[in-house]
Amino acid sequence: MAHFTKATSLHDWLNQRLGIDTLNRVLATEYWIPKNINFLWAMGMILAITFGLLLISGIFLLMYYQPNIDLAFDSVNYTIMQEVGYGWLWRHVHGVAASVVFLIIYIHMFTGIYYGSYKKGREMIWISGMLLFVAFSAEAFSGYMLPWGQMSYWAGMVITNLFSMGGLHLDGLVEWIRGDYVPAQAFLNRFFMLHVLLIPLAIIGLIGLHFGALRIPHVNNQDGEEIDFDAEAKKYLAGDKANSKVIRFMNDFLAKDMMVVGIFLILFFYLVFYHYDFAMDPVNFDPANGLKTPTHIYPEWYFLWSYEILRPFSTNVGLIAFAFAQVIFFLLPFLDRSPNAVPASRRGLFKYWFWAMLIDMIILTAMGKVPPEGIFSAIGFYAAITFIGLWIALPFITKFEKKV
Amino acid sequence: MKNNSRRGFMGKAFGAVAGVGAVASLYAMKRSWDPLPSVKAAGFTTLDMSQYKENELVVEKWRGKPIFVLKQSKEMLESYDKNMSQITGKSTAEMDKKRLIKVGDDYFLICVGLCTHLGCIPGYNPDEKSFLCACHGGMYDDTGMVTKSPPPRGLDIPPFKVDGMKVVLGETSPEYEKMLADGITLKV
Amino acid sequence: MKELFILVVVTVFTLVTYYLVEPFAHSQMHKHVESEGFTYKDLPALTKKGDATRGKDLVMGAGACAGCHSIEVAGLPAPMDPVTAAQSYGVNPPDLSNAGVVFDAKFLAALIKNPAHALMLEHKYNEKSGKSYPMPQFYGAGGDMDQEVADMVAYLQSIAVPQEKLTPNMAFETACGRCHAVHYPYALDGEIHAPWTQIGEKPTFKHKQDELAFETKVLDYQDALTKYLGTLPPDLSMYIRSRGEHYIKTFMEDPQAYLKGTAMPRVGVTAEAADKVIEHLENVGDSKRHKREEIGKYVMIYIIIFAIFAILWKKEVWRDLH
Repeated sequence: MAHFTKATSLHDWLNQRLGIDTLNRVLATEYWIPKNINFLWAMGMILAITFGLLLISGIFLLMYYQPNIDLAFDSVNYTIMQEVGYGWLWRHVHGVAASVVFLIIYIHMFTGIYYGSYKKGREMIWISGMLLFVAFSAEAFSGYMLPWGQMSYWAGMVITNLFSMGGLHLDGLVEWIRGDYVPAQAFLNRFFMLHVLLIPLAIIGLIGLHFGALRIPHVNNQDGEEIDFDAEAKKYLAGDKANSKVIRFMNDFLAKDMMVVGIFLILFFYLVFYHYDFAMDPVNFDPANGLKTPTHIYPEWYFLWSYEILRPFSTNVGLIAFAFAQVIFFLLPFLDRSPNAVPASRRGLFKYWFWAMLIDMIILTAMGKVPPEGIFSAIGFYAAITFIGLWIALPFITKFEKKV
Repeated sequence: MKNNSRRGFMGKAFGAVAGVGAVASLYAMKRSWDPLPSVKAAGFTTLDMSQYKENELVVEKWRGKPIFVLKQSKEMLESYDKNMSQITGKSTAEMDKKRLIKVGDDYFLICVGLCTHLGCIPGYNPDEKSFLCACHGGMYDDTGMVTKSPPPRGLDIPPFKVDGMKVVLGETSPEYEKMLADGITLKV
Repeated sequence: MKELFILVVVTVFTLVTYYLVEPFAHSQMHKHVESEGFTYKDLPALTKKGDATRGKDLVMGAGACAGCHSIEVAGLPAPMDPVTAAQSYGVNPPDLSNAGVVFDAKFLAALIKNPAHALMLEHKYNEKSGKSYPMPQFYGAGGDMDQEVADMVAYLQSIAVPQEKLTPNMAFETACGRCHAVHYPYALDGEIHAPWTQIGEKPTFKHKQDELAFETKVLDYQDALTKYLGTLPPDLSMYIRSRGEHYIKTFMEDPQAYLKGTAMPRVGVTAEAADKVIEHLENVGDSKRHKREEIGKYVMIYIIIFAIFAILWKKEVWRDLH
């Protein structure tokens, strides 16, 4: 039994029982962050805030949403959007946040790739981050089913059809996933369960893992410099804050984060109130109709690059390419054979690899949206080949990279 | 260290601004819990008083609650007067039919069919001309007045408005306001 | 400066992606149809000045309009109930009380003379198909047909409500309501409007049997309509969000431009009536738009203040860190 003394204050009482002083030091005031960072380092905080917005707006949507195929569409577009006080606000926030979160995820991801923040002890941060990307993708997909509009239904139909695995004809598996021959009540209800309970729990757990994986290696910096955190922390605490290479998480890093968050929220709320069609596609304002396919079906923008890798090839080849694309990013820390953990600008051929990958993914995204005809399907085909080629080339490019 | 007080100020100021946003969000959240307009609009029931028969209890619905409609027969009206005279000492002539609603030439008991004790629905015995609540034995007479405890007060009367041979529940009227003022019923 | 450069790079890539995925892709998927401003250029201009009194005689007499059409405001009830009418003609002939203010005069004149032509349905009703449009053509009452038609149109205009009194709901019911249902109720100026079915607003019923009887009538009407048109016209509750103002207006002007071969007729509304129809669809499908714009203003002002305070706090905290 630990020794407890008579408390001198409420703070002391809690500290003796919960160790809040130690927690405060380890997680906030003496969690040392490099000073040599730019605003891209705030993307993590923006993701946390956006996830919070999704949770809170989701709670209020959940109060009125009906997961029944006859009621779902109207519960969203009549009850929530037009009857519930500020219901329209929660729906707009939720839809826009769900789209914007992926923009921030991609910026966050590519920042990590550029600065080499997946190497030299940071592999688990990268892997847990990729798992978060998969979890967020599943959350977005399941959420999109819920309004039960035309796009909800047909996206559900197309994506679950993928699991027939082309030539393997696993129709039984597809029926099992749906709980029915087509997306219907069973399908809607189980994706509702996934969206509201299971995947959010997984996300919260993965966020814990992601933060935990970051604590020991510490946050990276703009030059990839290996910092002696203990020495720099001593300098800071001795009073020489200007010359120390580190800052506290709370309030130093937090204050800079909040500044970026403030500017982000200006853009975010502008989209919520004035420019939201990109996040709430008009096609989904038609109620689901299993007997009528929309003229154009496409996934949400953040899935388009992946969709376009599937499309240009024959069924089985496309599925293999698609599976490759989902998994390959996880292997980045192990395919990159160079020991250099510095920004891409200082890494020879890897610099070109980075920009080529980014531009290629944007091209794939664009081609995934337009009808696969004429020059668009040709561009999409070559962009998909380029994607695969870049990943195959990566181990070779990095193996011969000069040590920095 | 001389920056500390300024620094503390800006942080507190920012916190205050953030707080304003939080309070505004809490207001929006509170409004989301408000009953929906369609629920509030459904809060009116119109009764056609010409269809009821004397001493036959009919249960209608208003705002999800059962509503007793009991048309008073001459016998019931006379016994009412006698009872009230006994209890209050006032003459039968002086008695207003305080708990009853006059529609045309007839008098009706229109009240919420939930026992004022703990909310069960009392049963009506047309022979005894009384209500008995099975949950704890409370009893009311044929005007909804308590004749046996534990109910703390007579059956509540909903806001009503007489319109020819119709009564609209949920709308107020001078007659209803008088009932409230006289303490005949509490607001439902 | 380095940070500004990074911001520019991120912004440029984001905007390029947005442009390709939204405006560009959508321009490739949907053709853009220009509006002709409801001028009905293909229809002949009215050459004669109409006389409403003569027109009334024609409408009641040789025009034989009241044989199928009710004119409530003139005390003429419908010859049949809507369901029977739909089963006979395919659709319930519209009441003509407000036809004069909702529909364009040129269009009405052309319609009276040759309905299938004015409605742009000749692909369905022509000599080759052998099908004739349920409303017969007016072959004149013996005099100058153009004058007679102008008179009839003048009469219809004289009995209709004035422009200022035409509510969005009235415009919608006259122009669209006999084929399209709108099952969302809506509140406007404190008044609640029940769901709209092709046979009228749905009343409230005390007894379930009465409600079911009404719904059966609606279904019977819809069956007749489906048989007549080949498909049931869609419920328009959310069309203002799924299609938008431009598409709806240009679609009303020329359905064939978007859906070649469709059974939907050209609607023939005036530009003002079209605006009222759009307003009605907004009242039904986007009723919180005013609130959204109002709150949006306040939120934008607040969030800019929030960002300013965040910047000021950061500057304070970082004063001795740089």
